Amino acid sequence: MGRLIRSLVAAIALAALGAYWLATFDAYTVFRGDGRLTASRPPNAANGKVLFAAGGCFSCHASPSSPDRLHIGGGQPLKTPFGVFYPPNISPDPVDGIGRWTVLQFIRALREGTAPDGHSYYPAFPYPSYRHLTPEDAADLFAYIKTLPPLSGRTPEHALFFPYSVRQGLGLWKLAFLDARVIENDLTRPPEWNRGHYLVEGIGHCAECHSPRSLAGAVIAEKRLAGGPAVEGKGFVPNLTPDRTGLGEWSEAEIASVLRDGFTPDFDSVGGAMADVVRNTAQLSDADRMAIAIYLKSLPPIAGQSRSK
Amino acid sequence: MILRRFVLAFSLSALATVAIASTANIGERQQIMKSNGGATKPVVAMLKGEAPFDLAVVQKSLANYQDNIGKFVTLFPDDSKSGEKTSASPKIWEDMAGFKAAADKFAADAKMASTAITDEASFKSNMPNVLKNCGSCHEAWRVKDPQ
Repeated sequence: MGRLIRSLVAAIALAALGAYWLATFDAYTVFRGDGRLTASRPPNAANGKVLFAAGGCFSCHASPSSPDRLHIGGGQPLKTPFGVFYPPNISPDPVDGIGRWTVLQFIRALREGTAPDGHSYYPAFPYPSYRHLTPEDAADLFAYIKTLPPLSGRTPEHALFFPYSVRQGLGLWKLAFLDARVIENDLTRPPEWNRGHYLVEGIGHCAECHSPRSLAGAVIAEKRLAGGPAVEGKGFVPNLTPDRTGLGEWSEAEIASVLRDGFTPDFDSVGGAMADVVRNTAQLSDADRMAIAIYLKSLPPIAGQSRSK
Repeated sequence: MILRRFVLAFSLSALATVAIASTANIGERQQIMKSNGGATKPVVAMLKGEAPFDLAVVQKSLANYQDNIGKFVTLFPDDSKSGEKTSASPKIWEDMAGFKAAADKFAADAKMASTAITDEASFKSNMPNVLKNCGSCHEAWRVKDPQ
């Protein structure tokens, strides 16, 4: 009898240890990573600047007190059904920002959602999309961010509801929902399509807002990019697939155009969070905006909720 | 008994009037925004170089914006917060002064541009400043719901 209890205790302890290890970032790297965490060439800050605009880093990491789009001291609250997130200071300040990070730490943050001290980020930071970036692009973005003004000041801790407040769960969440593989070029498709695919599904992280999410906070795969309820309270995010309820009636030129000046084909002006996205995409090249349009128009149409006129 | 019926009928008709009033406001708001869109279409085509510059058309659009927005802000009574596919954000009623200030800024920018714009060069340098109001107002004061 004593032996049985002892074996039971040992089994439970082992299971607990196993679960604990699975929740660490090492397990994620082992099971889901593709090992590409170092850049194969010197960083290019000019490309980093393009990626900074395409990713809209400023839109979440803005310093609330400054309208300067190069000030990324963080702290602007992001209210979601999971609680309030405070995006951190990602300016190159050595104390409060990421000034002392190594490039490897930055790449791991972006591609694996793992902080330098080993804890996992909440996917409000859209690494479920950024994980698809090449390490070269991630290093370029880091090089560019290092040129921005360092700002002091730490942001408040996230104020989340239970069980989302248990950070350890994130390691398991990553194992369950993510792989960390770079988007590879599809050689059967033209280069513009591949560029669009990379921008939309990688750095642009369009699906993070333009898709419905499950209770576990993961994007519902079969409704990816088909629009859904706005994460921040009342409202609705439109369907980007070429369905009748989405961009079905839009031409590629019209999609590229809305990303430049914010006007839809019937001369409505996009609002809500998209207004600031357009301030970012307006900085991209015409070719990049067109690539995004080409990729979106190539998607299988998925029915979403209708857009209101 | 008659009195009771009278009261009931009276309250019902009062309710119906309120409902019609709000519906009319929301419909009118939407018409005004459509009219703004219509005024913007030729202007953006000119900015993009897809249509030749036409000063008369530009001035007409700028005048439309000013007329439209002046009327627009008067169409948000408390009973018009919801219904009829409205995309008005609840924030409008929480901060009516801020909402009106944003509308005034749009009207002032349009007015300033109508004085400043005399040729194609002044059009290209002044018009974007007016159009920025579209996005910034929709960013702060509009919430789209699926209908």
